Amino acid sequence: MTVAADASPTSVETEAPPRKRRLALPLAPYLQAAPLALILGAFLLLPIAAIVIVSFWDYDSVQIYPAFVTLNYEESLGSWVTWSTFLNTLKFVAIVWAITLVVGFWVAYFLAFHVRTSKMQTVLFLVCTVPFLTSNIIRMISWVPFLGRNGLLNSALVELGIVPAPLEFLLFSEFAVVLAMVHLYALFMVTPIFNTLVRIDRSLVEAARDAGASSWQILTNVIIPLAKPGIAIGSIFVVTLVLGDFITVRFMSGGQSASMGLMIANQISLLQYPAAAANAVALLILVLLMMAAILKIVDIRKEL
Amino acid sequence: MTDSTETPRGLDRRSLLKTGAAAAGVAAGSGAITGFPTIWAQNIKDVTLRQFGTGVSNLNAIAEKVKQDLGFTLQMTALDSDSVTQRTVTQPNSYDIADIEYWICKKVFPTGALQPMDVKKIKYYDKITPIFTTGKLTPESTIAQGTAPHTVTFVEAPGAKTFAKAPTEWMTLIPTIYNADTLGIRPDLVGRPIANWKDILDPKFKGKASILNIPSIGIMDAAMICESAGLIKYGDKGNMTEEEIDKTIAVLIEAKKGGQFRAFWKTFDESVNLMSSGEVIIQSMWSPAVTAVKSKGIPCVYQPLAEGYRAWGGGLGIGKNVKGIVLDAAYEYINWYLSGWCGAYLNRQGYYSACPSTAKEHMSAEEWGFWMEGKPAAAEITSPDGKPIEKAGAVRDGGSFENRMGKVACWNAVMDKDRYMVRKWNEFIAA
Repeated sequence: MTVAADASPTSVETEAPPRKRRLALPLAPYLQAAPLALILGAFLLLPIAAIVIVSFWDYDSVQIYPAFVTLNYEESLGSWVTWSTFLNTLKFVAIVWAITLVVGFWVAYFLAFHVRTSKMQTVLFLVCTVPFLTSNIIRMISWVPFLGRNGLLNSALVELGIVPAPLEFLLFSEFAVVLAMVHLYALFMVTPIFNTLVRIDRSLVEAARDAGASSWQILTNVIIPLAKPGIAIGSIFVVTLVLGDFITVRFMSGGQSASMGLMIANQISLLQYPAAAANAVALLILVLLMMAAILKIVDIRKEL
Repeated sequence: MTDSTETPRGLDRRSLLKTGAAAAGVAAGSGAITGFPTIWAQNIKDVTLRQFGTGVSNLNAIAEKVKQDLGFTLQMTALDSDSVTQRTVTQPNSYDIADIEYWICKKVFPTGALQPMDVKKIKYYDKITPIFTTGKLTPESTIAQGTAPHTVTFVEAPGAKTFAKAPTEWMTLIPTIYNADTLGIRPDLVGRPIANWKDILDPKFKGKASILNIPSIGIMDAAMICESAGLIKYGDKGNMTEEEIDKTIAVLIEAKKGGQFRAFWKTFDESVNLMSSGEVIIQSMWSPAVTAVKSKGIPCVYQPLAEGYRAWGGGLGIGKNVKGIVLDAAYEYINWYLSGWCGAYLNRQGYYSACPSTAKEHMSAEEWGFWMEGKPAAAEITSPDGKPIEKAGAVRDGGSFENRMGKVACWNAVMDKDRYMVRKWNEFIAA
């Protein structure tokens, strides 16, 4: 029916009013998709296109010039700094992902299987979100006086005689960066995993038990496979957040450690927009590759 | 003290932006009615001068005093120095007065974003300290390396893109504020006298030192350190060769890998926190940051060093499109700036004013003695807003104006190899 309508749309509209309704039907999905398409087009695709274009422009210390040069990519990808920064960023991603995954699954499992009433589950879940009532900068900065050389933790350890001198590695170190990131991002892992765990049909667990499975076998053969979509979604959150992070790295490492995001932020502050854009494109490609890998392993739509 | 003035400014900026468009309309409208000098006195009250610049001199107290003394509105926007540079060049219609540093001037004036000022209209031109005109504080002084202000202060004529070698009738910036920077230390924790820039590399301070992570300034501090340690001999610290940049960065990377630095700082507040928490006991610092640490009751000294100071200076420039009554107001404002009240205000913050003789008239003898002559304070010294900062008998770190500004080793600079330097600096931070 749509074929006929499409063939002579104007005549249909004017001559046959009853069929107009049927004509409107194929338009409906487009209209429904239009708001999102417009928003994504204006606020995602256009900016990304602009970044890609600017990444080929030339610049000096005050201005950028429209051009087509690959120098920004050559300087960026040809430098060991970029590669070591990439590796450093990936190292943070791997460590933070592993820790948040264990912690996130642990917390979600407790909430979903050990807390009996759904009211209590909700209450405890809300408790998890309490830290989010403050901004993440505040949550991060609050570690500084706690971990510092003369901070709470070091004073306590020294006074109790556990260590002879303050532990220097606690602040302005990669340890501090990872600690703050785990603190900031663990909830992004808890939420989706909790969400999938509570939806697991308890009769499956009972059936496994009846069939003689041990608790460990139930966990590895029933619960974890069913929790995969939640794990995948949580991983996407954590991986992208850590890949793009710059403020945590800067504050918690005292500016001594680098990440891709920090490198881009530095270049922007020095007005080297084309160089920053080139690095942003490289980072975007990396993020997309990691997303593709995660989605390749877990088909979120199928298993939800 | 800068701290306290900065906080409300952030809030103000939002409301300033809101009124910005309206103000621009007013400014444009009043610009259209030039040629009626008889009604000038009334019209100038409607003028809004839009000034933007770095945090140091965008002080609300100045805007209030301008309204009171001159009748028109001075609208201030504070940005970091990189954004200032960019805005000067790319948005010349968004401001009337650019409050920029001299090294920024070297970058932006050749782009034609600013118009030179007629020296004949500058009432206090003769009283401007010779640092900005001939480059010599006293006839015997040697001129420091780097972008010395007098080298970018004059052009031959309006429209010129290159700087004149000697004073002319046309000035690019009217100097307003300048200072000599050095290392800040915690005298209670360093445990030995600090006399040289190289002391920051002393293994004794391992994990307790810091330098600032702003490439164009940090590289100059690094150069002072390397030269002091005898590691590198520079042709001109303010304009290094690629080889000199490589060597300097190599020294920094080695120190970083050896764990010499506790952290790098980028903002004023960070440097204050590092110092007052005791994380760092020797570091690059700015003078108001030292005062901020002291005001918490923590000992901190802005230590004079044998090799001399790294100096910086800022000034006011007029945007290229400013004309008519707004231009008149701009000159009026600049003449007011140099006439003394403002200079005294800046001197009391520990900076220096461009016309010391006019500022002196607005300061008490004790204040002048403490801040400018290096004498022990005859009475308690207070900040411009009245907070006590030094007890009677205290002496300013580094002593008198001549002692401090006479020992400038280099000025903040823009190098020909700027882009290369920034890339190398990023390697240091990533290493």
